[in-house]
Amino acid sequence: MQREMAGVLFTPLTRGGDMRRRAADGRVMREVAESFIKPNDRLTSFERLEIYSRQYWYRVLEGLQEDFPGLRAVLGGARFLKLSEAYLVKHPSSSFTMRNLGRALEGFLRAEPRWAGRRQAIALDVTRLEWAHIEAFDNTALPPLTSDDFLDTPPHRLRVRLQPHLSLLEVSYPVDEIAVAARQEDDGQRGEASNAVEASDGETDRPAIPLPPRERVHLAVHRSENSVFYKRLDPEAYAILTALRDGATVAVACERALRKADPKVDWAPLLQRWFGTWSQFGWFCRRK
Amino acid sequence: MPANSFNGFTRYGIGIGLRVPHYRHILERKPVVDWFEIISENFMVDGGRPLEVLDAILEQYRVVQHGVSMYFGNADRPSREHLKRLKTLVKRTGTPWLSDHLCWGSVDGSYSHDLLPVPYTFAAAKRTAQNIREVRDYLEVPICVENVSSYAEYHASNMTEWEFLSEVVELADCGILLDVNNIYVSSRNHDFNPFDYLNGVPHHRVGQIHIAGHTKFERYILDTHDHPVLDPVWKLYDHAIRHCGHTATLLEWDAHIPSFNEVHDEALKANAYIGEVDAAEQEADAALAARA
Repeated sequence: MQREMAGVLFTPLTRGGDMRRRAADGRVMREVAESFIKPNDRLTSFERLEIYSRQYWYRVLEGLQEDFPGLRAVLGGARFLKLSEAYLVKHPSSSFTMRNLGRALEGFLRAEPRWAGRRQAIALDVTRLEWAHIEAFDNTALPPLTSDDFLDTPPHRLRVRLQPHLSLLEVSYPVDEIAVAARQEDDGQRGEASNAVEASDGETDRPAIPLPPRERVHLAVHRSENSVFYKRLDPEAYAILTALRDGATVAVACERALRKADPKVDWAPLLQRWFGTWSQFGWFCRRK
Repeated sequence: MPANSFNGFTRYGIGIGLRVPHYRHILERKPVVDWFEIISENFMVDGGRPLEVLDAILEQYRVVQHGVSMYFGNADRPSREHLKRLKTLVKRTGTPWLSDHLCWGSVDGSYSHDLLPVPYTFAAAKRTAQNIREVRDYLEVPICVENVSSYAEYHASNMTEWEFLSEVVELADCGILLDVNNIYVSSRNHDFNPFDYLNGVPHHRVGQIHIAGHTKFERYILDTHDHPVLDPVWKLYDHAIRHCGHTATLLEWDAHIPSFNEVHDEALKANAYIGEVDAAEQEADAALAARA
């Protein structure tokens, strides 16, 4: 019975927000509903089941909309809704928390590029950024390395771990600006789990924003004092951090990152400043 | 009767749900609140603001955990990952009891994030009770199960909801979080007398009561938690605490949340009813003492 009911609930609503007349396997939905739901003198079995079906879709669609406001801005409300429905049919929530609803969205967009159409590249960029935002919001923060830890180990032997809430992204569009603007517009507050019924804001007609010009951007998405920040990085700084993340020693990471860098630049003071800033943010911690 | 094994032998008064829009007010002004109920899932995370706020609240207030996704009525057994995370939080909060709903909500690892009614059968009661026992044994904390609002009934059901609830809590030997608003909503949606429900549950097992607002539509009522408590629900509350005694009571307000003071003032209206029960209990105690 639970499988049967879940099968009905996880079937998307019609464009008008009603339960579909046919189940995914072609059966008449009215007959499916009548097989296990009692009618009363005001509502048919179909209508009673429809209340739950609507609640499910309002809840999960709103959850994705809250978590990916930038993607919604890039695709427009109508296209975002179609993408969300297709995604949720293929990837219904597999976690007790709505926080993880969008975990597979990037992979889905890669596997099924038709949902983003010609905006596939920017859609992927903004999806990665917005998932990194979720991770930054509540992933753990480990005790950061102290300056003594750095002084105790020479750079050619020092390997560090980056904070679990820190993500490094290389993107082809200025999606940090898009995401910030979209979050401000949506008042960006993540919904809380509760047992109340929710309602959709029904804003599916929001048009897509104009496509910005391509721009290679390197980003660190992290948490500082309980706020999530998108910090732009120089390409060389990004290369050092990704090498450190992947297990290189500090010396090797710097050497690799600067191998093809502009020889006219005096990198030493820059390196000193970068490492100082990253240490202040507490990005480095001890490897397991 | 109200301080019982199902609420960790506590005697809590009126609490409210801890919600994001009130964080600043609570942390800065430190209002007097008997206790806060938290939604466990909002704090089953590894770090960040949710846990920092929770720790600050725990320094000042008593906190009770309420869950929305344990799904005792699932045909599947409880998820180990969920239980592990929940136990970590239980250790953090020191919650004297923990509540979740008498419902199902996920199947084969896919989650509806909704509180779906269980068919009221003996087989379902047995399965549900097994799940409750497993959760309680793992978490090592008393459990209260909450009756949900529902909008559908199953052909398969062969008992009333209150008979089913009673069967489950007896089999699991657990407590009840009696949601009088949910009883009202379901009574209107399924045409039963809500006082029959209240009279039919084992009162000695009630560890906590929920009150809330709801929304009326033409053909059914939805449990929206976005209004003050309506008069018919206060009447049910009055009836409930006359039978259950002074019981920890919590107002749920989850959507269109007004100011902290407005929510708290609404919750404190319950004191008028609890006061009468307290007075009657004191009178009875005094009479006993005089006789002794």
